[in-house]
Amino acid sequence: MFELSDLEREAILLSLKVAFWAVAVSLPVGVACAWLLSRKSFPGKSVLNGIVHLPLVLPPVVVGLILLLLFGTTGPIGGFLKNVFGITVIFTWKGAAVAAAIMAFPLMVRAIRLSLDTVDPGLERAARTLGAGPIRTFFTITLPLALPGLVTGIVLAFARSLGEFGATITFVSNIPGETRTLPLAIFSSLQVPDGEAVAIRLAVVSVILAFAALIASELLVRRHEHRPET
Amino acid sequence: MLSVQLEKEYPQFAIRADFNADAGSISALFGRSGAGKTSIVDMIAGLTRPDAGKIEIGGDVLFDAAAGINLPPEKRRVGYVFQNSRLFPHMNVRRNLLYGASAAAGADFRQIAHLLDLEPLMNRSPVKLSGGEQQRVAIGRALLSQPRLLLMDEPLAGIDVQRRNEILPFLDRLRAEVDLTMLYVSHEIEEVIRLADNMILVSDGTIAASGAVEDIMSRLDLKPLTGRYESGAVLATTYEAYDAEFGLGHLAFDGGTLRVAGLEMDHGVPVRAHIRARDVSLALSRPAQSSILNVFDGRIVEVTDEPGPQVDVLVDIGAPIIARVTRKSAHDLALKPGQPVFTLIKAVAIDKRSLGGQGRTGR
Repeated sequence: MFELSDLEREAILLSLKVAFWAVAVSLPVGVACAWLLSRKSFPGKSVLNGIVHLPLVLPPVVVGLILLLLFGTTGPIGGFLKNVFGITVIFTWKGAAVAAAIMAFPLMVRAIRLSLDTVDPGLERAARTLGAGPIRTFFTITLPLALPGLVTGIVLAFARSLGEFGATITFVSNIPGETRTLPLAIFSSLQVPDGEAVAIRLAVVSVILAFAALIASELLVRRHEHRPET
Repeated sequence: MLSVQLEKEYPQFAIRADFNADAGSISALFGRSGAGKTSIVDMIAGLTRPDAGKIEIGGDVLFDAAAGINLPPEKRRVGYVFQNSRLFPHMNVRRNLLYGASAAAGADFRQIAHLLDLEPLMNRSPVKLSGGEQQRVAIGRALLSQPRLLLMDEPLAGIDVQRRNEILPFLDRLRAEVDLTMLYVSHEIEEVIRLADNMILVSDGTIAASGAVEDIMSRLDLKPLTGRYESGAVLATTYEAYDAEFGLGHLAFDGGTLRVAGLEMDHGVPVRAHIRARDVSLALSRPAQSSILNVFDGRIVEVTDEPGPQVDVLVDIGAPIIARVTRKSAHDLALKPGQPVFTLIKAVAIDKRSLGGQGRTGR
């Protein structure tokens, strides 16, 4: 039963690629947003907080539609990317990564922010009095101490990206080999007669991937907590 | 020299502080909790921005509101030992110590590690250290960042009383061996007398008085701020001799020789003796056949006029000393300024905790 066809293998690899890039590109932005929300008070903070969390409460199809308008070749962002960099995201795997990143963003920011909240600002102040500037302080004190939340945020975002369906199909459609990720492949196989077997196989793969990500994060966090004292 | 002028308004509180500290001296910021001591040192460290004022160390301006200068904390070279050590939990002791140290600090590292007895702790996690050990590491870490001013914000406050006596000797060593300007925040008068040269009295965000510890402690008007129960004058003395037969240390001061129980040290060492007012009694004639060893003749300078059952009497015995007597005794003996009296101090009342400033030459 577990001989995967080329098309199935393609969908799995595409999903991993989309999820990887979705997380990789959104991580720095996510960390910056989480830090702003955790440490700073500024006018418009609740607006930023709202925008970050919007994908969590909006129907994914609506997010996909908004992305379509923004990133379409005539949209404000899509037009800019096409004219300046020659990049088209709509109907490509890059677009699928954008959709996945947006949908996973609130989960990522939330996990990192909660972790940053637990880092004592007093430690950061101590680092400053020892001669460390804000950037060194962030990378040597704040971020290492927030590592468990960072890992959680990455895993949640990765898993959410693997499972993204609504925004993806609305924004970049369902093109085999280009935008047909795992959930889209499962959905498509259910549309054809006798496709259930394929759907179930891919569903099992999804479960395995999700589990692997969770276990990997657990191991990472545990290793961090029991680091040998050298 | 450290020169500080600060102003800051908080919603229900204001800081207006103006004081100086000599280079290489230890000054204690002394006052009740909530008086504004920590706010003041936070501003000196650059962790809080004052509304107005100027902070200078040895001619370098750290902050000047008028000139728009506000160095960030990492550029101030001001070391800070916080009340709750604030060691980095994800680094071992060695990495904590080296966090602010420059690459060339190898010799300093060994010296400071030795001074604070940190060698056995190097590879341990700060989370697993006792409060006293944590503060020793925190002090070492601050020293290794090569500060030109060291701020210590009640470094013993989070440590239980028994453990305090384990760390105090290290602070004594620090004051004797490290030539560094220090500001020591405390609300424990014994710590101040033991460690500090100068006292800066902080009350309601302002500086009520500042000066040498001996001068501040002998002022009756400052008693509400220096603490009622433990209050008493501080005598600057020099260790003279040890009476081995009876185990008595002889301390010379301008009014004679003070004998204290069980103190043995080298001739010529300066010692500061805190003589609690409640351990001093007064007599109009020299007592004959009394157990009290220390009897000095003096003259009353001031008698407080208080409604309670006790009054404080400031007596000049060559140095100012304060006696606390009942109002009845003061009435019966008709104590008044100008009157000659004999001042009696029990030698056993002066214990190790009342003696400080050992090992530092006069400043």
